[in-house]
Order: sequence, then C-alpha cells, then structure tokens
Amino acid sequence: MNSEKITKGVLLVASFLILIITCGMILSLVSGSIPVFNEFGFKFIISTAWNPTEDKENYGALPFIAGTVITSLLALIICLPMAFSTSLFIGEYFRGKWYSKALGTMVDLLAGIPSIVYGLWGFYVLRPFIVDLGLSSQGYGIFTSGLILAIMIIPYATSISTEIITMVPNDLKEAAYSLGATRFEVIKSVVVPSARSGIFASYILAFGRALGETMAVTMLIGNTNIIPTGLFDTGNTMASVIANQFGEAEGLKLSALIAIGLLLFLITGLINAIGKFIIKKFA
Amino acid sequence: MKQFLIILVAAFMITSCANNNQSSEKSGSSSKKVSLTAAGATFPMPYYNLVFKKYTKSQGTLVTYGGIGSGGGIRSLKDRVVDFGASDAFLSDKKIADLPAPIVHIPTCLGAVVIAYNLPGIESIQLSNELLEAIFMGKVTKWNDAKIKAENPGIKFPDLDITFVHRSDGSGTTYIFSDYMSKISAKWEAEVGKGKSLKWPIGIGAKGNPGVAGTIKQTVGAIGYIGSEYAFAQKINYAKVKNSSGNFIEPSIESISASAKGEIPADTRVMLTNSSDPNAYPISGFTWIILYKEQKYDGRSLAQAKGTLEFLNWLIDKEAQAVAPQVNYAPLPAKAVELSKQILASVTYDGKPILK
Repeated sequence: MNSEKITKGVLLVASFLILIITCGMILSLVSGSIPVFNEFGFKFIISTAWNPTEDKENYGALPFIAGTVITSLLALIICLPMAFSTSLFIGEYFRGKWYSKALGTMVDLLAGIPSIVYGLWGFYVLRPFIVDLGLSSQGYGIFTSGLILAIMIIPYATSISTEIITMVPNDLKEAAYSLGATRFEVIKSVVVPSARSGIFASYILAFGRALGETMAVTMLIGNTNIIPTGLFDTGNTMASVIANQFGEAEGLKLSALIAIGLLLFLITGLINAIGKFIIKKFA
Repeated sequence: MKQFLIILVAAFMITSCANNNQSSEKSGSSSKKVSLTAAGATFPMPYYNLVFKKYTKSQGTLVTYGGIGSGGGIRSLKDRVVDFGASDAFLSDKKIADLPAPIVHIPTCLGAVVIAYNLPGIESIQLSNELLEAIFMGKVTKWNDAKIKAENPGIKFPDLDITFVHRSDGSGTTYIFSDYMSKISAKWEAEVGKGKSLKWPIGIGAKGNPGVAGTIKQTVGAIGYIGSEYAFAQKINYAKVKNSSGNFIEPSIESISASAKGEIPADTRVMLTNSSDPNAYPISGFTWIILYKEQKYDGRSLAQAKGTLEFLNWLIDKEAQAVAPQVNYAPLPAKAVELSKQILASVTYDGKPILK
C-alpha cells in the first residue's frame, strides 16, 4: 500500500514538473517579448527592418521567418525523394538482406552525428564544392543551408518511414500478390496507402527538426538579415539570429530576440498540430 | 481551474526566481583566498588569457575570465555576478545611468582592428578612405575595379567578386570599426552609423573574431575586419590603411601605440580611431575593464574588493603590460597608466579608499 502511494507520488511530481517547466518557459518567453510588441505592435512579425544601431532601433522578424521556412522547405523537398526511396529499399524491396541492414545502420548513424559536425563538413567540403561548381561566388546561402539540412533530416524521415513500412501486415501484401499484383503494384496500392499517415508523420517530424536547427545553418547561411530573393542568396534563420546575437543583446534587442524565440516555438507547435490533424484525417 | 492556477503560480515562481538569482554568496571570508571572476569582450581575450594566468601563478589568486562579448560583460556586471566586466566600447552616459551604481573605466591595453582579405598571391594592398567606403557599402564589387587598381599600382588583381565578411554577433570590434568608418565617411555615418551591431548594407556574417577570420581564410575574394591578433595568429593578409595625415600605415605595436599620443580625458572614455598622429594606425582603440566605484555591495567582503583592486593595479603596471606585445597588443601609454592609477585610487569600500 505504501509503495503504491510512493509510486503515485513520484509519477505525479515528475509529470507535473514537466508541465511546470513548459508553462514557465512559455511564460518567460511571453513576458520577455512584451517590450518589443509594445514598441512595434504586431507589425514586428511582418516588418523586414533589423537595425540595432542606437537611437535608430527597429526590429522585424520577417527576414528570419522567411529564412527559416525557405531553408526548411528546401530541405524537405530534397529529403522527400531520398528518404522515401531509401525507406522502401530497406523496409520493403530488400527487407532483411545484409546490405539493407547495413544501409539502415548507416542511416541511423547519420542521425547521431552532432549538428556542429555537419556544419564543419558543410563549411569545409560542401561550400567549396558549390563554389567550384560555379553556382555561387562564395558558397554561403539558402541553397547550401537547405542542402545540409536535407542531409541532416533524411535519417529522421527514413528510419521512421522504414519502421512504418515494415509494419504493414504481411497478410495484406500476400493477398495482393495472390491476386497477381506485381511488386510495384503492391507498393503502390497496398504498402504506401496503409503506411501513409506514418510516412507523413515522419516528414513532419523531419520538417520540425529542420525548423529549429541552429549550428550547421549559422555556419553556412551567411547571416544576412534580409529576405532572400534567390536560391543562392544569403539570409538568416530564427534560430541562427538568436544564437548569434543574444550575447550582446540588451533592452529592446533582447526582447526582439525572445519574441523571435516565441514565434519559432509557435511555428513549430503549429506544424506539429497540422501534422497531427492530417494524420488523424488520413488514418 | 484551481489546478491550472496552481501550475501558473508555480511557473511564475520559477521564472521570477531565475530573475533574482543575484549571487549572494560573494562573501568569501578573509581566511579563504579570494578568487576573481570576470566576463566580457573577446577582442582582448588572447591577452587576458595570458596575463590572468600569469597573475594566478605569481600571486595564487585565481582569475577566471569568460569571453562572452562586451554586452554580456556589462550585463553580468549589472547583475553583479562578476567582480568586473570587460568591454571594447566605453559606456555612454545613458548606459552608465542604467547601471545600479556608479562605475569606473580602466583601460588595459590597445588593440587594432585590421582589414583582412584573402587574395592568393597578393600579400599587401593599401586602401584609402574612399575605397573603404566604396567596398564596405557595396559600390565597388569586383577586385579588379579600376579604383582599387589605381591605388595599388603594380598589383594584378583577379576578376573576383568581393565578399565582405562582418560579424553576425554584436561586438566591440564592430564598434571600433564602425566608429572609424563613421569618422571617415559621412555617407557611412548617415546610412549605417556606429554600434556593436549594425544594419549592414552588404556582406555575410560570421560569429566572433575567430569565425570571421576562419571565413575570410576559407573564402577567396573575401575582405573583412578582425581584431589584429586573430589576423596575425592565423597569418591572414591585411591591408595598409590611410590615416588622417595621409600616410598608408600597417598595423604594428608601434603604429597602434602612436594612436594614443593625443589627449586622454580623466575618465579615459575616448575612442582613438582616426588619430591625428602621422604614424598612427587609424583603426585602434583601448579596451576597458569596468567595475563599480563603491565596492561594498551585495555583501562583498573587503578582502574580495581588495583582491580585485590589487589585481587591476597589477594589470596596468609594467609587469603585465610587458606581456601585451607578445600577443600583438600595444601596452598602455604612460599617460593612460597614470590616469588609471588615479581612478583605481578613487575606488572605495564603504566610502574609504581601498588602495593605499
């Protein structure tokens, strides 16, 4: 009886603590961003200004929102075909073969690499390569960041999709085969439709990770506080501007950075909510 | 609803605790050895690392320094979590008024901001004020521009885009650089101005002096400004800059020292950029340590205050200053040392001067 109570107590405290921490975080984000919203109102979200010079202070979050969304979308677009093919390769076509096991391990390994290492590789290898290709004169920008982000999120999308694809009941597939379906037809009309919501969820998760990624992007995006107009333009993301500028920030600027943090939090929350909604609808 | 309120209150308590955690255990008793904590600018960090270690070795007083940026240093001082802060830009009257108590500035050494570039095979270029304005404001975008060629006869410039690399974080280095740019270019002053972080007309950003140095080193055609030590240490080429007397000057210990030959105000708050001395490198500046004038706050012990003052007094003296040139900073001129000693003598504990 006593142990029963203790267990209950521990569980209660642990879960409430998480709740309190989350509420506390939201609260401090909101209270920290009040000054900037007082000063600029909701124009802060759609303004492209970013001028930290004394007496001319003017802040807007749009360049960073744009940078974040564009790089993450680019990453998702590049990641989609690769992750989808790889998960089919591992989870369906060559399931259980030694080489697909090896490939699966590689993908998981890729997920374990810290983001700073991706950044270093991007800075010293990928960026000069893009310069050599003649795509851009210095190699920094939206495209390079999107590419590195894509490589970073592929393992997330792949391993979850693979998991889901292997979970498609064998009875269903065998039934399709016995009706004379080819391998491609089984994938098209049995595997993909029944794994649809899970696969979709994996992309949402990957997208969410791309949104918040900081270090590797900071090293490659060029950190220019403008809305990028081309694929090879430099820009900045929400996470990156916070990481770069919080050290020296004070007053209104600090508040602007906290407000960007709050917006990032809201955007990620929104993406997750949309994902959940779509999964529910399809499932 | 009631439960929700409890959560809200608890959450509020946690966040408000976070805002009030001013260190209350700063009262190291006199029996224990004092240890000093400081935080701030990264620009003088190579010097501070060396000289603080030296002090710890000779005096046994541990001095820890966090290179978190000038703004961070001032914020830490404001929160009273450090014994002193460090900054490359002096505090304006308005910023001083924001702090809870009066403070004093102590210059510790002189540093230069160099215009570093990456052009393989071209070891030395010279840049006039007009060219600096044109390059950093995006009017000249190619290395083989006629204007650059005209000022550097005999050098064959490649047909390359100029990539301007600036700081993406706020920085005292940026402050010195932009202060100089504002002095030499009315256009820069009107459109960009000076500050620790700016609204950049062009260029890409990299974090910290090491970040900018690394980016320049990795990017052919790049140009940017960095603390001199970072350029010297990484063997990055840098330009000669034209000073107010019209001479092209290379940054060196001598030319940096020359920039401090003019008048220094009693509180040492002066920018040394664009010095009138004919031999001065024009993008030079003091870097300061900032501390409270009245050292009795937050239950600080007399021993702690004394330890701080003795250390600072040592820092501006010959032994420590002799270390500066080893890492390419210029030692303080005699005038600045004299002023600093006067300022340190005016620092009090409970109204009484600390240093005898």
